[in-house]
Amino acid sequence: MEIVLAIGIGILTASGVWLLLRPRTFQVIIGLSLLGYAVNLFIFAMGRLKAGAPPLVNPGEVDTSAYADPVPQALVLTAIVISFALTALYLVVLLTARGITGTDHVDGQEPE
Amino acid sequence: MNQATLLLIPFATPFIAAIAASFLPTKARNAAASLSSLTALIGVFSLLWLYPTVASGEVVRFAAEWLPSLDVAFRLRLDGFAWLFALIVQAIGLLVVIYARYYMSPEDPVPRFFSFLMAFMGAMTGVVLAGDMIQLVLFWELTSFFSFLLIGYWNHSEAAQNGAKMALTVTALGGLSLLAGVVVLGRIVGSFDMDIVLASGQIIKDSPLYLPAMVLMMLGALTKSAQFPFHFWLPRAMAAPTPVSAYLHSATMVKAGVFLMVRFWPVLAGTPEWGYLIGGAGMITLLFGAWAAVFQNDLKGLLAYSTISHLGLITLLLGMGTPLAAVAAIFHIVNHATFKASLFMAAGVIDHESGTRDLRRLSGLRKLMPITATLAIVAAGAMAGVPLLNGFLSKEMFLTEALEATEGRDLSLLVPVLATIASALSVLYSVRFIHQAFFGPAPTDLPKTPHEPPRWMRFPIELLVLTCVLVGVIPALTIAPLLKLAVLSVLGPETPSYSVSIWHGFNLPLLMSAIALVGGTLAYVLLGKHINRAERAWIIGRFSGKRAFDRSMRFLTMTAEWTVRQLGSRKQQSRIRMLVLFAILAATVAAGATGLGFAEAGIKIQRPGIGFTMLWVIASGCAIAAAWQAKYHRLAAVSLMAGCGLVSAITFVWFSAPDLAVTQMLVEIVTGVLLLLGLRWLPKRSVEMAPSKTDFRSRRRRAADFAIAILAGTGMAVMAFAVMTRPGESHLANFFLEESYPRGGGRNVVNVLLVDFRAFDTMGEITVLGIVGLTIWALLRRFRPAEESRGITEQRRVQDRHDQRHEQRKSGDTLKETMLIPAVVMKWTFPFIILLALHLFLRGHDLPGGGFAAGVAMSVAFILQYMAEGARWVEDRLRIRPLYWIGGGLLISALTGVASWLFNYPFLTTYFQYGSLPWVEKVPMATAVLFDLGVALLVVGATVLMLTAIAHQSLRKARDVEPVQSAEEGL
Repeated sequence: MEIVLAIGIGILTASGVWLLLRPRTFQVIIGLSLLGYAVNLFIFAMGRLKAGAPPLVNPGEVDTSAYADPVPQALVLTAIVISFALTALYLVVLLTARGITGTDHVDGQEPE
Repeated sequence: MNQATLLLIPFATPFIAAIAASFLPTKARNAAASLSSLTALIGVFSLLWLYPTVASGEVVRFAAEWLPSLDVAFRLRLDGFAWLFALIVQAIGLLVVIYARYYMSPEDPVPRFFSFLMAFMGAMTGVVLAGDMIQLVLFWELTSFFSFLLIGYWNHSEAAQNGAKMALTVTALGGLSLLAGVVVLGRIVGSFDMDIVLASGQIIKDSPLYLPAMVLMMLGALTKSAQFPFHFWLPRAMAAPTPVSAYLHSATMVKAGVFLMVRFWPVLAGTPEWGYLIGGAGMITLLFGAWAAVFQNDLKGLLAYSTISHLGLITLLLGMGTPLAAVAAIFHIVNHATFKASLFMAAGVIDHESGTRDLRRLSGLRKLMPITATLAIVAAGAMAGVPLLNGFLSKEMFLTEALEATEGRDLSLLVPVLATIASALSVLYSVRFIHQAFFGPAPTDLPKTPHEPPRWMRFPIELLVLTCVLVGVIPALTIAPLLKLAVLSVLGPETPSYSVSIWHGFNLPLLMSAIALVGGTLAYVLLGKHINRAERAWIIGRFSGKRAFDRSMRFLTMTAEWTVRQLGSRKQQSRIRMLVLFAILAATVAAGATGLGFAEAGIKIQRPGIGFTMLWVIASGCAIAAAWQAKYHRLAAVSLMAGCGLVSAITFVWFSAPDLAVTQMLVEIVTGVLLLLGLRWLPKRSVEMAPSKTDFRSRRRRAADFAIAILAGTGMAVMAFAVMTRPGESHLANFFLEESYPRGGGRNVVNVLLVDFRAFDTMGEITVLGIVGLTIWALLRRFRPAEESRGITEQRRVQDRHDQRHEQRKSGDTLKETMLIPAVVMKWTFPFIILLALHLFLRGHDLPGGGFAAGVAMSVAFILQYMAEGARWVEDRLRIRPLYWIGGGLLISALTGVASWLFNYPFLTTYFQYGSLPWVEKVPMATAVLFDLGVALLVVGATVLMLTAIAHQSLRKARDVEPVQSAEEGL
């Protein structure tokens, strides 16, 4: 399981970074999203993988080893929402930039 | 009133006045001046009120918690020395305010000036009263900052700009050095509390860290007090309005350096290192400043160099390290403040009334402004050390110490001789100032005809000069008790016996004084004409601290520019490449330093299941395909990207994170909608339009990018694997799992973490979300699409053409028909999605769900209506006001936090209890739920605002094609 997720994270990262380095704004936005997935999964994986142990505790004595680590989950939850906000903002900025400059190149002008 | 609370008044009132003054209208000169003088008056009276307590030898203290984790507190501490200094700050502040009322031109924004001046007064009082070393540094830097603002007050003048920048650079850098020194000193002593530090003299001097601490702190003091070789900023600071020069750059701020030396004199002074550093700097500055002052033709320049020289004198006295010398230093601080402030004010009057400050053009003003002339002559006499004036007394003490402190040491003759020469120079420039300005024939070519200034502009000068005379004639009745108070609080049991009186008999110091007076006057008679003709100072004229400063500044700028040229780029792609490479490098270095730790024993790796593996084969395929297709097939790329998101969500649920899965799925929906809405405004791009890929440079770049991507991916994979396969016992996790129910009243630990334990973080997050929503809305209000994207889309045109060909159809029918079934479904799901959102919200504290998920679900419900029937249809029936949702959500969250203050708990403390809603099961009634409600509302508002703002563009632009101007903007 670990190896699969690790490779998955790697492929998401590689695709994301490749797109980040492309010249068109839309490629960059897709790249950012892919990189976002990779980073969220990476942080999530820092809590180790534990199947069938959601952190929903029963009142009373708590056997902490029976639950998945809630801390990375809480971090990732807000990260998901914030990365949505980031995507939205970036999208609007790129649309506005395209309106003003007339091109969707990341430099705001077509390369010579 | 409580003494400790009284201590807050002189410190806090100026800051309040500063804020109040900044709100006054630009022309409210009188209001600002009255406010400021009242403030200073209150400060003076509160200090006088405290006098009996301080005089009894008691130290008044006020303490409040500030940064307890760093052992830093907010402490005010008033002993005799601090009292005297604070009185100087407040009293001269009062006089300067009165003076400035008449000096400043009504054309200037005067309230701003007074606002800065008051803020400076507060900061300076903060330095003087600081009972904690960190606090001292903080206010120290604040004085530099307000000095910057005041020097640059006439911000249209280039001299003011440059002078302000230079002063800030030098003094703020000194402040940083002081901070470093204070931190070292704090480490030696183990506390930043001034009381403890001042009682630890022996520990400090024995410490191996003594030298670095002392040198660092004194660099701060020497820069602030304009000591050689850092003196050059002070003459340039004369570009400030004259009240500022009188107040900051002679009486108070530049004294902060010597204040610091006196304050720490008991614990730092007395070592040979101290003697060489402080004594050496003081001696050089004393001579250098006096020599340079002789050759100044600008009135204020002369006074500035004279200030440098007198500060050097004080520094030299402190450097000698004997208690008597310290007494003389404290005495001279007071004397210099009075006579120099009055001289600056007199110089300001001359400038104000005659239009020039050039000593060569001024002449014979004695007849035109006799009272001002008399005052200036008396003050200059004090500066020169003429008997019966206060300057004479402290100068006598200085000369005595110059003889005694060096007795029996090497070069014992050198110090007294140099001291006499410096005194003679002081006489020389004082005489020159007086003679050039006030004597001789009547002035001829002045810009204005000078006359006496207004009554109240002269009043501060009169008062200061009167003080000079009173102290000079009857010291025992005026200054002696105050001086004793200050000296006792600094020196304590070391206090020597000294006498402040005019007549000590015929002795060597008196002879030296006489030599200086006669020599200086004689030098002016003989050389005055040559000095007036000199282009620049003899001997030292070639040396310029300013040039060295400018050179080092230019060097810094050029180095920075070179670095930018070498590493920077105007191309976005190169920049990102640099960033990614740097991240890879940093991770490699870190991993190389500590190792990845694969080799740990006893780790059970879970065997990959076939289902999970297949899932990730799909996700990987999606990711690679998205990377491949993002340029020419945007729609496909968005779908492929969503595939990756889906697999992430499944992974979350697979490994016990249902909350994440729910949120991810919902966010996936809104992200998808968002990107689809955006596609319409992007330029057409197809494979046929692509340039040929045979270009060598572009192939090479793509190969390099590919390598970087592979490297980054491999790195992340290796790191993730390394962490996942090592045993992880997290105390943090255990704490939250154990305390979630007992302390937060919720079974869903992730939700409790978000809305209770780390609610403040969450509040920050939703604030960011709200800001992003507003930013998007604002950006799109002025959106101008590119020419080719305007009007109706290609697809729509095809549909419309079809409709027009058939008579019974109206244009737009095809569009409606395509969406007919989905539209019905979407409309009918509206109540159910809202129900789902409510459900997610209510169960959130105990089961997967919560405010974020509920908010996004709710916004999906709204968005679906927009997609089904279009913006106009929806808004005719349903008024969604996302801005209210955002504001309301933020308000509810914040108020929930504030409410805990009512019960004397810290911000955002939660209270919980179980209650039951009718028809619903038992629900948790924690205040955290209210907070979560705020989160949900804000998420709905922000998400809907973003999506509808983009969706609206289609409406607006379609209409813009027609010449009719649309009045509707945004939502």
